[in-house]
Amino acid sequence: MKKTVITVVGKDTVGIIAKVCTYLAENNVNILDISQTIVQDYFNMMMIVDANKAEKKFGQLSDEMAALGDQIGVQIKMQSEDIFNIMHRV
Amino acid sequence: MINLFEVKETNDMVEHENLDVRTITMGISLLDCIDSDIDKLNEKIYNKIISKAKNLVATGNEIEKEIGIPIVNKRISVTPIGLVGASACKSSDDFVSIAKTLDKAAKEVGVNFIGGYSCLVSKGMTPAEEMMIRSIPKALACTDRVCSSVNVGSTKTGLNMDAVKLMGEVIVETDEITKDAACLGCAKLVVFCNAPDDNPFMAGAFHGVTEADCIINVGVSGPGVVKNALSKVRGKNFEVLCETIKKTAFKVTRVGQLVAQEASKRLGVPFGIIDLSLAPTPAVGDSVAEILEEIGLERVGAPGTTAALALLNDQVKKGGVMASSYVGGLSGAFIPVSEDQGMIDAVNVGALTLEKLEAMTCVCSVGLDMIAIPGDTKATTISGIIADEAAIGMINQKTTAVRIIPVPGKKVGEMVEFGGLLGYAPVMPVNNFSCDAFVNRGGRIPAPIHSFKN
Repeated sequence: MKKTVITVVGKDTVGIIAKVCTYLAENNVNILDISQTIVQDYFNMMMIVDANKAEKKFGQLSDEMAALGDQIGVQIKMQSEDIFNIMHRV
Repeated sequence: MINLFEVKETNDMVEHENLDVRTITMGISLLDCIDSDIDKLNEKIYNKIISKAKNLVATGNEIEKEIGIPIVNKRISVTPIGLVGASACKSSDDFVSIAKTLDKAAKEVGVNFIGGYSCLVSKGMTPAEEMMIRSIPKALACTDRVCSSVNVGSTKTGLNMDAVKLMGEVIVETDEITKDAACLGCAKLVVFCNAPDDNPFMAGAFHGVTEADCIINVGVSGPGVVKNALSKVRGKNFEVLCETIKKTAFKVTRVGQLVAQEASKRLGVPFGIIDLSLAPTPAVGDSVAEILEEIGLERVGAPGTTAALALLNDQVKKGGVMASSYVGGLSGAFIPVSEDQGMIDAVNVGALTLEKLEAMTCVCSVGLDMIAIPGDTKATTISGIIADEAAIGMINQKTTAVRIIPVPGKKVGEMVEFGGLLGYAPVMPVNNFSCDAFVNRGGRIPAPIHSFKN
């Protein structure tokens, strides 16, 4: 199963996780893992999700997530897990 | 499983350090297009390029979106036209018509450059190849995206000095004929020694005759990533320095490997090679010169520059080789002047000269690159510069190249703007003592001895 990594970076505010998760649920994307930390007042979250059952294409999900990020005032990126595996695992 | 720290590191490289994949270049063989009728030849070339590359740009964009790493250029290289057109072309204008076909095909599929308006004359020229070389100025003047290269020597064959002399004249003529286009003609013309068959980088890319019908080659980049990694080990010894470069090069190259594999799978085209070059751009922080400064030089060109560049180049290869299943192309640090802000600054303050650049090319790819010189430089002087650079390649069994741009009406120290990725450059002084008698001898320099290395 191909997994997808979602990263959310930005100023911490109320409801970031709620809004992101709501969008994912509406689009049939299953969350497998969440980790989160605050670095220098900045909210850093990483989610590993399974987007294989989503009806929308990767490009569309990615654009809509980015737009959602703009609304909340954070940066949301959606990337294939492959890029991180190939770069950080021999 | 991947952790937050690793994800952040990768994304920081993209957002703050200009990590990108510089190019996906599709190599297309045109050998099966050869025809004795020039119209048929043009038609076959156009159709083959369109059929092979129609999805190249879309696929590149799709991969870029999915992995979140910019893929800056999508390009095409083709079999050297000096070979492909030999049977059909009866005049230089026939060759120019092929250049126009390449340009049209490049625009149709949406690639920003197409390389392969080239010929390989390291030992001798056929009449067709000589005709093709003479057509280069006109071909570059009437096309936008065609890149040209000529291989004038190799370690195995020696240097074809007739071709070296001719190329000096061709560069001057190209410069003259394209002067209204800010000398862009010469920015798309490279003279090689030991040209590789699988180079994905422009302007010197062509699809060699040893290659398969169609392949995908990828050029990675990331001077900014290396520079940033080195800024964290300031003052540490060479062991730490070299380890840091190697590890960083490994990570950068892995991105290229993934992109190449994905592009190959999605396009149904075999994966050729990854080119492990550090390719700078004029963007701040995307500079090879800044890496050398981070290693410990006040400015590029200072004593120690050649040694610093040698170690950088070697460590990049050592890190990169393990990261990719096939490595090829030029694979070395590029030191173009106009495309690297640190190099431009070094020239402006008088730290970097043409002679020091020449010394630097002994230890890295690829040669005297994107260097503006006064417009009144003689053709024979340019031939002399080409011969010097080619001799370095021939003797040291490496690729060297010259992409030099005489700027009409400009004097030493004036600035010339090339635009976009090609950047801008100060006009550099050239040693003006004559080499006419040397260049005008004609014939070729024999191949060097392959033993007694000193």
